[in-house]
Amino acid sequence: MTCSVRRTRRSRQSRRSRRSRRTLRAAGAGAAALLALGACGSSDSGSAAKSGSSGSEQLSGEVTVFAAASLRESFTTLGERFEKEHPGTKVTFSFGGSDALAAGITGGAPADVFASASPRTMAVVTDAGDASGAPETFVRNQLEIATLPGNPDRISSLKDLTGSGLKVVLCDEAVPCGAAARKALDASKLKLTPVSYEEDVKSALNKVVLKEADAAVVYRTDVRAAGEKVAGVEFPESADAINDYPIALLKESRNTDAAKAFIALVRSAEGRKVLTQAGFLQP
Amino acid sequence: MTSPSPSASPPPAGAGTADTPGRDPWRRRVRRREDRGGHRGGVPLPLLLPALIGLVLLVLPLVALLIRAPWRSMPDLLTSPEVWQALRLSLVCATAATAVSLVLGVPLAWLLARVDFPGRGLVRALVTLPLVLPPVVGGVALLMALGRNGVVGQWLDDWFGITLPFTTAGVVVAEAFVAMPFLVISVEGTLRAADPRYEEAAATLGASRFTAFRRVTLPLIAPGVAAGAVLAWARALGEFGATITFAGNFPGRTQTMPLAVYLALQNDPEAAIALSLVLLAVSIAVLAGLRDRWMTPS
Repeated sequence: MTCSVRRTRRSRQSRRSRRSRRTLRAAGAGAAALLALGACGSSDSGSAAKSGSSGSEQLSGEVTVFAAASLRESFTTLGERFEKEHPGTKVTFSFGGSDALAAGITGGAPADVFASASPRTMAVVTDAGDASGAPETFVRNQLEIATLPGNPDRISSLKDLTGSGLKVVLCDEAVPCGAAARKALDASKLKLTPVSYEEDVKSALNKVVLKEADAAVVYRTDVRAAGEKVAGVEFPESADAINDYPIALLKESRNTDAAKAFIALVRSAEGRKVLTQAGFLQP
Repeated sequence: MTSPSPSASPPPAGAGTADTPGRDPWRRRVRRREDRGGHRGGVPLPLLLPALIGLVLLVLPLVALLIRAPWRSMPDLLTSPEVWQALRLSLVCATAATAVSLVLGVPLAWLLARVDFPGRGLVRALVTLPLVLPPVVGGVALLMALGRNGVVGQWLDDWFGITLPFTTAGVVVAEAFVAMPFLVISVEGTLRAADPRYEEAAATLGASRFTAFRRVTLPLIAPGVAAGAVLAWARALGEFGATITFAGNFPGRTQTMPLAVYLALQNDPEAAIALSLVLLAVSIAVLAGLRDRWMTPS
């Protein structure tokens, strides 16, 4: 705390100087104070973690996990558990569209683990020779219709979405959730014109969360994650378009042991429980 | 164009003469002469080196795009109707957004430059906020304001049945939101540099403030307005974040070129490069063309 007090005094002094300088300096001092506070905070938590460590494992360092956006909630939970089980480790996530992540990995992004929302995007990485060992399918995801809370439009099937007057959003076919939706629609020979093809599953869902659209075809897990903000409607055609989620250790990993341990946690009974709670299906 | 008669030669800016500018200053276009000479030889190395590195930083990515372009498959990639649809929509929406920016932005710039009102600094900060705001944030903000469930949008929907998201009008609104600040800043800067005494003179001769604005100020700041419009147009053409967030993505209706590029990148990087080149070529053509025509001081 002492450091921040000193910063304040310094910024007070600078008030006498010219105006433009004053603002600049005050901003600088503010930033410095923030940095100092942040440093204090992080060092505090660091020492706390150190004192709490029981020295159970030798794992340490950072694990960088590139994971599909749909895994955000469950992987964040798993990451926290991992850090708790292995003090001294830090799990850093980069959540995003699987394609973008795969492109990042083949482009040399420093990642240890890749969890993709589709075998096709995982193949981009394995084809480039960037994976170490064969990827393993750890969960599957099924589509569901997300509607406004309480389902005011009484949507009960995929066919209901083709009715006129409903604003439906789909994922773009370029991303896995869109490809899956296309598959389900084709399998049931339905023609659906959405108001928008969204760039990823979360933005499709959010159009319903924000009540801009009446329904969206998204993953079960996304409906689950949105909680009260949307209502989920299952539809049988979704069985025709189930996405497998592969996970792989990456060749360029600089922390192989910790990365392997994280994959093991994802595939353990504990990991399975977290993922199932999020709405994922077991392979 | 600028052949000043000796009786009514416009004083150079900052000359400090307080006489009236002449009998018919309305029609006269006043342009400040700029020294276009510059230093020819002997550029100091501490300036030259960073300048060249800066140039490389800006140009290299574009050159790389050209090098990596799939020239052989280009004709196939570019002749698809989707590409032309996206390009046409981009051009139409960017132009419409520029028109909106002109109609609303020039008066706003005038207000900021010429009228002293309380909180002007704050208003200026708010106006320029979209410049620094991440475009996605802009899109979310637009949804909150003008979405079907938005603060104003729900009334639009209830009373007029108008909803902006997922419509071409929504694209124009999103683009105007991010592009107008460029125009306002540019025009305000020009207004501040322009001599207000011409307007005052017009007022003493009986012109109303609006007439003075229309017949004196506007011609005076035309180059600045044009420059601002070009900036705004270019910004609107490249708009991505606010558009995809606020207006969504539907081919032919809201899918502009940047959206098409982004989605093509997901599974066909070659197509994305080809589309990027089209957008690049169009932007360069327009910026270069307009620059010669409007932005060079004669």
